[in-house]
Amino acid sequence: MPDGVSAYTADEMMTIAAARMLRNGASCFVGIGLPSAAANLARLTHAPDTVLIYESGCIGTKPNVLPLSIGDGELSETADTVVSIIEIFTYWLQGGRIDIGFLGAAQIDRYANINSTVIGDYDRPKTRLPGAGGAPAIAANCGEVLITLRQNKRAFVEKLDFQTSGGHMEGGDSRANMRFPGKGPTAVITDLGIMTPDPVTKELTLTSVHPGMTVDAVVAATSWMLKVADSVGTTPVPTGTELSVLRDLQARTAKAHAGQN
Amino acid sequence: MAAILRLDEAIREFVHDGDTVALEGFTHLIPFAAGHEIIRQKRRGLTVIRMTPDVIYDQLIGAGCVSKIVFSWGGNPGVGSLHRLRDAIEKDWPNPIAVEEHEHAGMAAAYAAGASHLPFGVLRGYVGTDLPEHTSVRFIDCPFTGEKLAAVKAHRPDVSIIHAQKADRKGNVMMWGVVGAQKEAVMAAKRSMVTVEEIVDDLNAPPNSVILPAWVVGAVSEVKGGAFPSYAQGYYARNNAFYKQWDNVAKDRDTFAQWIDRHVMNTKDFAEFKKSIEGAPAHA
Repeated sequence: MPDGVSAYTADEMMTIAAARMLRNGASCFVGIGLPSAAANLARLTHAPDTVLIYESGCIGTKPNVLPLSIGDGELSETADTVVSIIEIFTYWLQGGRIDIGFLGAAQIDRYANINSTVIGDYDRPKTRLPGAGGAPAIAANCGEVLITLRQNKRAFVEKLDFQTSGGHMEGGDSRANMRFPGKGPTAVITDLGIMTPDPVTKELTLTSVHPGMTVDAVVAATSWMLKVADSVGTTPVPTGTELSVLRDLQARTAKAHAGQN
Repeated sequence: MAAILRLDEAIREFVHDGDTVALEGFTHLIPFAAGHEIIRQKRRGLTVIRMTPDVIYDQLIGAGCVSKIVFSWGGNPGVGSLHRLRDAIEKDWPNPIAVEEHEHAGMAAAYAAGASHLPFGVLRGYVGTDLPEHTSVRFIDCPFTGEKLAAVKAHRPDVSIIHAQKADRKGNVMMWGVVGAQKEAVMAAKRSMVTVEEIVDDLNAPPNSVILPAWVVGAVSEVKGGAFPSYAQGYYARNNAFYKQWDNVAKDRDTFAQWIDRHVMNTKDFAEFKKSIEGAPAHA
């Protein structure tokens, strides 16, 4: 959906803004979908030395096309090493080796706790989602967590139908008191803007809106009364390089996935 | 030594109604052919374990083979829902199924504990999540530090089934690439069977590459392409188009039932199945 003002889509802005959050050289545990696109864009632009890790056991992977699944052959063929599932979740994740966890979600609340399990009642769900996968362990154990998802009232909810993975729990020092190894979510990047937790209350606070978006629009796309920073910045527009690298990546991916192979 | 059996013989001998069965595979080397044979032989009342139940579990559930699922992520990777899994959980079709749900780290610990013949696995997990209310997890105090840790009951399947690249005629199994929890699933199980792309005279195996020596494997069956539409590294790539098209087949009960009937029930083996879907991989 071109936004009419600039020649890029809201989804492209989201992926690019998320990619910029990944610092070069960090080890990053990557979820499938939006996080995978952002992490690989980062690797192909400003963060060539980022170590991308997928829960299938692929460590230091450098895929030429985005994987459809978390364990595509492309990931293992281009990895520095491939380890078993047992090992990835023990020595690597619980072992505290991972700097950044990069997650998506179906629902998120004001403290960046996330749901990827069910919409509705657990025993009689309206929508059964795929479930936790590695997310609870990623959210608990990585040094910090980035979350990327599209922003609307169905996703940004007052109360999660199910808490799959812990963010800042009830806010304040509640996460710290639970003795999670990692410090939790440090940014939520959406198609509308960027939210970061308040340093004290840990409540998500709108700190940047994407070009062409307004603070009111972001607030209106959030079910709770979204906290807004005193000074809200504007996310820098995508550069020509960011856009062309992302589009090339997605074109290669679409071509690879359309065929039988 | 492992018995070298035809796949239909192996399933007949190893998988019984009411068994707890793990067909493991993490995107790579999914034992599709073995799953189809279970459907063909109409096994019922199975408890199925798998970290990432995907399309083959969707088929087993929709075909009525399953009464309970133990899992940590149930979706069609990169595509969306498993519609047959959802229909069973949301609407009891074709039969109600019980759910025991974990996180990956817990499933991994449960397999490792099973392989070690320990009663439970220990991890720093199931924190910050509502999952413990819905699964077999308890919390224990570390006897050394007092830290609160999660204990997850060991997986001990009646039978585990995996697909690998190669075996020799004794049944030594070689497997490489994304190896998931397959070794642990086999070592945790009371019985085990392995399908392979090929059985060869000599594996020419470098050290560390025989994942399972013959004497811990119950049976080996040669099924070329037996992981289709998933992939076997070094043999064929993942058929992502099939996974995408599966969404349309599985969405509708009748379309699904016709697909299973035509392509699985009315084919005699996996080679015939693959011939029957040529040109239209996932259309009924």
